[in-house]
Amino acid sequence: MNPSWIIAKRELGSFFDSLVAYILLIAFLGFSGFFTWFEGNDIFIRKEADLRVFFGAAFWTLFFFIPALTMRQLAEEKKTGTIELLLTKAVTSRQVILGKFLACLMLVGIALLFTLPYYMTVAQIGNMDHGATICGYIGLLLMSAAYISIGLFASSITNNQIVAFLLALFIGIFFHFLFDVLSSSMTGWMGELFSTLSLSRHYDSITRGVVDTKDLIYFGSIIFLGIALSEIAISKRN
Amino acid sequence: MDISIDHVSKSYGSQKAVDNISFTVKTGEILGFLGPNGAGKTTTMKMITNYLEIDAGNITIGGQSVQAGTMNNHIGYLPEHNPLYLEMPIMDYLAFCAALQKVPKSNIEDRVRAMIRKCGLDVEKHKKIGELSKGYRQRVGLAQAMIHDPEILILDEPTTGLDPNQIVEIRDLIRDLGKEKTVILSTHILPEVEATCDRILIIDKGKIVADGTAATLRKQAQGQQLLRVRIEDAPLNLAYEAIKSLPTVALVDVLQEDSCLLEIHSHPNVLSNREVFRLCVQRGWVLAEMTSMETKLEDIFRDLTVS
Repeated sequence: MNPSWIIAKRELGSFFDSLVAYILLIAFLGFSGFFTWFEGNDIFIRKEADLRVFFGAAFWTLFFFIPALTMRQLAEEKKTGTIELLLTKAVTSRQVILGKFLACLMLVGIALLFTLPYYMTVAQIGNMDHGATICGYIGLLLMSAAYISIGLFASSITNNQIVAFLLALFIGIFFHFLFDVLSSSMTGWMGELFSTLSLSRHYDSITRGVVDTKDLIYFGSIIFLGIALSEIAISKRN
Repeated sequence: MDISIDHVSKSYGSQKAVDNISFTVKTGEILGFLGPNGAGKTTTMKMITNYLEIDAGNITIGGQSVQAGTMNNHIGYLPEHNPLYLEMPIMDYLAFCAALQKVPKSNIEDRVRAMIRKCGLDVEKHKKIGELSKGYRQRVGLAQAMIHDPEILILDEPTTGLDPNQIVEIRDLIRDLGKEKTVILSTHILPEVEATCDRILIIDKGKIVADGTAATLRKQAQGQQLLRVRIEDAPLNLAYEAIKSLPTVALVDVLQEDSCLLEIHSHPNVLSNREVFRLCVQRGWVLAEMTSMETKLEDIFRDLTVS
């Protein structure tokens, strides 16, 4: 069996043992459900059979919840010293990081699976654009993967979970909306640059129903960079 | 598999933790690693397990450099503070470690059961690690180190936190393992090294200061005979002066004044027991006690590491 998979299974198990998983699932479904069905510009007011509202709510809920998932991943192992046990076994740093990445992504995946009833309900009500909805889910998964890799990186450079959480949010906030704000207030190549860097723009373009190679490359690069930097951070042991 | 440490150095910033040390450990040998706090024991062990990078020199196991990271599943390692996943049940944790150390899936259950029996965890096996006492956690640490039946065991203070009965059990276990495996263990407890190890390595300030069996270390450290003598019917100062003037005697210490108990250090490689006896016969003193003292390992350790 692949060592990453062994680690991922253990981490996923520990999410459920430590109640983190349940709290996350309940809070995620609660928030996104509340904004989708009850509050403000919800589905019934829009009178369109789509999940746009849900995707908007999930976009923000996941942004805050993912750092809470990733913060302990490496910081705690470093603090308690269990990372030493892990890395002196027949496992490479990369396999450890990939295992933890997979575990977080699986938990987000499980959370998204629980929102399938939303999809089925709305599909009953009206004529739904199935393609756009599937793209929306893909967009959420890609965004989550990007934030997980950023969160793992934040967790890999500190022993303190709170620092890891805040750092992940701090880095995330640039991608989530600061780059977007900057791009609209600037013109020329600077505006172009910030618009390219903005995660929300790429996410929007996917949820509109078009999965472009540019978007895939964008998310892929963030994921790759986050994982590679985390690997470097835990491989350096002086 | 042999472990060979070849001119290895390691610094933390400007502080030299390990300074150009070399030694080899052969299969079937149990090496006791002794030294005061901060001498570089743990650093050396962490370099052998490839957790720390080596600044200079090389460490090979069975001819292969440890820095490649390919030797990890031949090593069983118990780190210093025995870090464990406290939220995990013992059996799950051991199965997790076995899987990571590439134990075939069909063997994992057998290995976990065998280690639980071997380390005396049977009563507690369904508990979570966090619910265990320190001694039992130490046993879990040992169990995870041995789960994949490694050729090499690196144990950093394996008996800390154990009660005297458990210490004896663990020592027996280590001695038993040491017959066919290569074992390096570090400790502060000197009788433990004598009881368990074939060979002792004392390091101080990152350098090796002694290397050999307990017996050779004794010889090396003190080639001199040490006698404890009690003389009756003799004035203390007279006896003191007379013995001190014997040609074979280097030094006399008065241990008890009222009962005239003396400690006599001979010059290297000569014995003074006959001379002392003859002296007493000549003067008509009664020799009430004469014991040849063995140098204690504690003294050797102190001599070598206190400067």
